[in-house]
Amino acid sequence: MKKKMTTVAFNGTAEQLAKLDELIAKHKGEKGALMPILQGAQGIYGYLPIEVQKHIALSMDVPLSEVYGVATFYSQFILNPKGEYAVAVCLGTACYVKGAGLLMDKLESLLGIKNGEISDDRKFSLDATRCIGACGLAPVLTVNEEVYGRLTPDMIKGILDKYNK
Amino acid sequence: MENMVNVKINNREYSVPANSTILEAARYAGIDIPTLCYLKDINEIGACRLCLVEVKGARGLCAACVYPVNEGMEIQTNTPAIRKARKTNLELVLSAHKKKCLTCVRSTSCELQKLCLEYGVDEDHFQGNNNEYPIDCSTASVIRDNEKCILCRRCVAACKNMQGIGVIGANDRGFDTHIASAFELKLGQTSCIGCGQCIVACPVGAIYERDDTQKVFDAISDPTKHVAICAAPSIRATLGECFGYEPGTDVEGKMVAALKALGFDGVYDMNLTADLTIMEEATEFLGRFKEGKNLPLITSCSPGWVKYCEHYFPEFTDNISSCKSPQQMFGAMYKTYYAQKVGLDPKDIVFVSAIPCTAKKFEVKRDFQNAAGVPDVDVAITTRELGRMIQQAGIDFKALKDEKFDDPFGIGSGAGVIFGATGGVMEAALRTAAEVIEGKELEKLEFDDVRGTEGIKKAIYKIGDVTVRVAVVSGTANAKKLLTAIKNGEEEYDFIEVMACPGGCVNGGGQPTQPAVVRNNVDLKALRASVLYTADKKMDLRKSHENSAVKMLYDEYFGAPNSHKAHEVLHTKYVKRGL
Repeated sequence: MKKKMTTVAFNGTAEQLAKLDELIAKHKGEKGALMPILQGAQGIYGYLPIEVQKHIALSMDVPLSEVYGVATFYSQFILNPKGEYAVAVCLGTACYVKGAGLLMDKLESLLGIKNGEISDDRKFSLDATRCIGACGLAPVLTVNEEVYGRLTPDMIKGILDKYNK
Repeated sequence: MENMVNVKINNREYSVPANSTILEAARYAGIDIPTLCYLKDINEIGACRLCLVEVKGARGLCAACVYPVNEGMEIQTNTPAIRKARKTNLELVLSAHKKKCLTCVRSTSCELQKLCLEYGVDEDHFQGNNNEYPIDCSTASVIRDNEKCILCRRCVAACKNMQGIGVIGANDRGFDTHIASAFELKLGQTSCIGCGQCIVACPVGAIYERDDTQKVFDAISDPTKHVAICAAPSIRATLGECFGYEPGTDVEGKMVAALKALGFDGVYDMNLTADLTIMEEATEFLGRFKEGKNLPLITSCSPGWVKYCEHYFPEFTDNISSCKSPQQMFGAMYKTYYAQKVGLDPKDIVFVSAIPCTAKKFEVKRDFQNAAGVPDVDVAITTRELGRMIQQAGIDFKALKDEKFDDPFGIGSGAGVIFGATGGVMEAALRTAAEVIEGKELEKLEFDDVRGTEGIKKAIYKIGDVTVRVAVVSGTANAKKLLTAIKNGEEEYDFIEVMACPGGCVNGGGQPTQPAVVRNNVDLKALRASVLYTADKKMDLRKSHENSAVKMLYDEYFGAPNSHKAHEVLHTKYVKRGL
């Protein structure tokens, strides 16, 4: 799937940058260093914004296009920050046949953002995930670590209201 | 003696170099194996699966381009299974290719088209939805149409491995994979230098130059315009390739005849302003050398290199010669000196250059390139575009009789013509600098150390009682190596020639495309350069400072090299762009 780019402004801190530089220094000169550095960077920032990828590219003397190519090849790397509440809808086979697509539609309309995006106030982000192994509860969504199962679209508003207080 | 191994190819025995791939071994045996993604030394990734062969004992079919031979290997290159696999792979490539062959700029020079004909493929065998991509026409030089892209990655390798730039790469994954810049920026938003090496690397029509031929045709048809053209040194060595001549054929006379037949009001030789560049640049060098200021002096003829420096090594922009390139000098001189002399309004002149270069399309739009208050050069067309114009005008190129450039700007020296090959500018400058410093004629005009197609050449010359350390590099990856060494204080030079394209202008991004099978087996750079060195050798006039047209320009207009007037018209400024 094509990766969506964030529209959210970058707000990295000096501490994060220091951590990133330390990480890059640790892997400098290693063959195949880009992968662990990107993984580590995602750990530090939560996602891989252009500013971070540029910094990595310049520090490692590899083209930005190569960094971005790796970041968009592996589904584990994300280019969008997660919201305070990260909503993830399982679109695995079992959930999908049980109507998870309808949950997604409802979330998109209630939150006013599309799959892969984040709300302007950074409160909610919305993502589709592959099977999370809770097929018995299908269809399932998670909000951060919280799991909600056996859902219907009309239950979505109630769930969001819990976090909207 | 090279290490050899014995292999069997199609049941016949051959002794082949031990370090060869199956592809090379087959070539050695006179057997062509088709390829799409392979470019020798540039892109060796075994991705397109067109070069599949059978190797006895191997599991499945092997990619010949990356599979090394070994003693006793038995290879089949032409079995029903191989032909079927290649055909299927071609049909799969075609299934995601925008098949607009009738109007494609690469029709008849397309490597995919040729293979499809050879293998008799069904172009609609596999059908389905394809991703839609907008055409990226954000740069002055290069246009990219990803719907024609077959993902061979030759452009990516040319940009990254050969040029050391890497503004394009493979984004996303699987069916969504496409070649683009990071964060889907348009090429014009990146630090692309417009060298066009991606274009000549592309096997299909996914990347091509911005076509400016209509502007030229329109100008020629406009009776109120005076339209002049100057031809760059290297295109006389390559234009013939557009008309079926072997690479390395000198077509200067026919080229001039074709330009006259196209209806230009003046057909001139850029060798003249190459000579003018030498006068300005050699003087600039001697000045800087005496003062020890802004050394090394680095040449400014190659607009790809200039933009590269502005983006990647902005700390060196003061080292670049302030001389405009020969193209820009010609237009500037024409619209000031010549316009005044013959009573033309610069606004009514359309000055065109025919060049081997896509970066020159950007150069004509640069700031500080408008000596007469209008752009020095209006349109820059590549060798390929000129070839198309000649075809479109119905000119039978091969039947043309040789003609001569127009006066008074038809005189160029041998020093000017070798500008088109890496090392040529340096050699031309050395010829003049040596005679100016020593005040006596050189016995030998050839500076062999700076000739040849190697990416980095270094030499030390003793001229009079001074020692000049020079370096000549071509290909921006090599420029990066050299500049980094200078930056780190590891190496020191006084004068450096840089050409953005490997081998110099003869291998420019605006030159006729040659398929991989030619590029992999023929040294195009050397072959095309030999035309220029042969032309130089045959000339009586081989030194820039002896060019009578150059003398006339200084006598009648500029006064002396680096004079105030010369600075106003023939020199320029650079910007620090950064990344």
